[in-house]
Amino acid sequence: MAIKAKSAKSPLTPEQELARRSRRSFLALGAGTVGAVAGAAWIHSQMGADDIPPSLRAVLGLNERVVRTTLYSDKHLVRTYPASAVGRIKVNGEIGMDEPIDAASWCLDLAPLGTPARQLTIADIQSLPRYEEIIDFKCVEGWSTVTQFAGARLSDFTAKFAPGSEKAAYVAMRTPTKDYYVGVDMPSALHPQSLLAYEMNGKPLEDRHGAPLRLVMPVKYGIKNIKRIGRIEYTNARPADYWAEQGYDYYSGL
Amino acid sequence: MKVLEEKHKLATRWFHWINFPILSVMIFSGLLIYWAYDPYRIGAGNVTFFHFFPKWFYDLTGAAQQLALGMALHFVFAWIFAINGLAYVLYTLISGEWRALAPDRNSFREAAQVAMHDVGFPVPLPPQGRYNAAQRITYSAIVLMGGLSLLTGLAVYKPAQLHWLTAALGGYEWARWEHFWLTMGYVGFFLIHIAQVARAGWANFRAMVCGYDLKEIEMNAKVTHGD
Repeated sequence: MAIKAKSAKSPLTPEQELARRSRRSFLALGAGTVGAVAGAAWIHSQMGADDIPPSLRAVLGLNERVVRTTLYSDKHLVRTYPASAVGRIKVNGEIGMDEPIDAASWCLDLAPLGTPARQLTIADIQSLPRYEEIIDFKCVEGWSTVTQFAGARLSDFTAKFAPGSEKAAYVAMRTPTKDYYVGVDMPSALHPQSLLAYEMNGKPLEDRHGAPLRLVMPVKYGIKNIKRIGRIEYTNARPADYWAEQGYDYYSGL
Repeated sequence: MKVLEEKHKLATRWFHWINFPILSVMIFSGLLIYWAYDPYRIGAGNVTFFHFFPKWFYDLTGAAQQLALGMALHFVFAWIFAINGLAYVLYTLISGEWRALAPDRNSFREAAQVAMHDVGFPVPLPPQGRYNAAQRITYSAIVLMGGLSLLTGLAVYKPAQLHWLTAALGGYEWARWEHFWLTMGYVGFFLIHIAQVARAGWANFRAMVCGYDLKEIEMNAKVTHGD
């Protein structure tokens, strides 16, 4: 029996065979561990002062492409709620709103794609069909609050004041002081629930919530929903984005 | 005499050892995300017995002010977690390995016996295959939880595009809550798993790395069989 057991497959005893397999496997596990630590160190070495490592950013770009080509549809509407569900939304972010705004002198700089820039008043925007929605406003931090907004659809706005600009890849918006700025991909901007809002929770938009005009896109986290818009530009170049520069996902779509 | 006995397939070991660091990254980056909005607690009414998490825990882990990095890591390593997990499930189904893993109708009764035995009661261990009944239930549950983590995670990640999924899981807030408690489940599993592995000893651990252990066989039985 002993002779048979030794000669059948391997010249090694079972103990030797186990030792050989064990040595090989632990070496592989060790090499894998070293590789994982080296990979982590490589990613860590790319950390900038504000931004995330480019290797991670590249995969977020892949995620954006996957979502935009396979998941996103402007027929996917976010859930809307009854008025009784409206909660108390907190003020979260006042970048670009340090100074009080003079609503009377406010005007919107508009730079369509390929046609001359122009200026619009709040009356111009309120001349568009008023659209109202009660949606769950979602912060990138993880909380959300059901909130009512009313304003003009960004798609209606584009069709009337910047016809042809729907062909642009992005919309760039910024505050009058240029301190806060966002870039939004065109499909999300033209989503039927994306509004240029001038009312919130049944009242004219308050200053600290972005008066006189703010962006409300329930298909994006709040970081993209810029308050106190001073300029809207349609562009094919990916616009600068305040929070993307701080390491957040550029797309930030829901 | 002793012979080599295969305890774990090569594929199973790879899936296991890839999953361990990946799940660790997912849990840690999840903590970085959770820090930014950390409402969960154990308590009732105004009484909180434990808040997830106390400041000392965030200090200890360095989790504060890392939301952007946490989200990036989470949405990058989720791919590997998902692909490794799905590949494992497919492999287990196709190879038939699931038969050694899935609980059967005796498993719950036997698992109670295993648990009693493990905590020191004079209960005999029921006969077992590769995994005992408690392991069958626990390991199958962990795989199921992995799938649920994927689903609840997607529901929180894209609640607008996957609105049907988010709704099926009870809505955005509930999906986040479920995602959190599934993760707590992994942490609990990990602690017990480590304790059990330590108890089971070196040969058991070595078998999860190299796949084999030595098994004592009866000479007489072998000869009789051979005849």
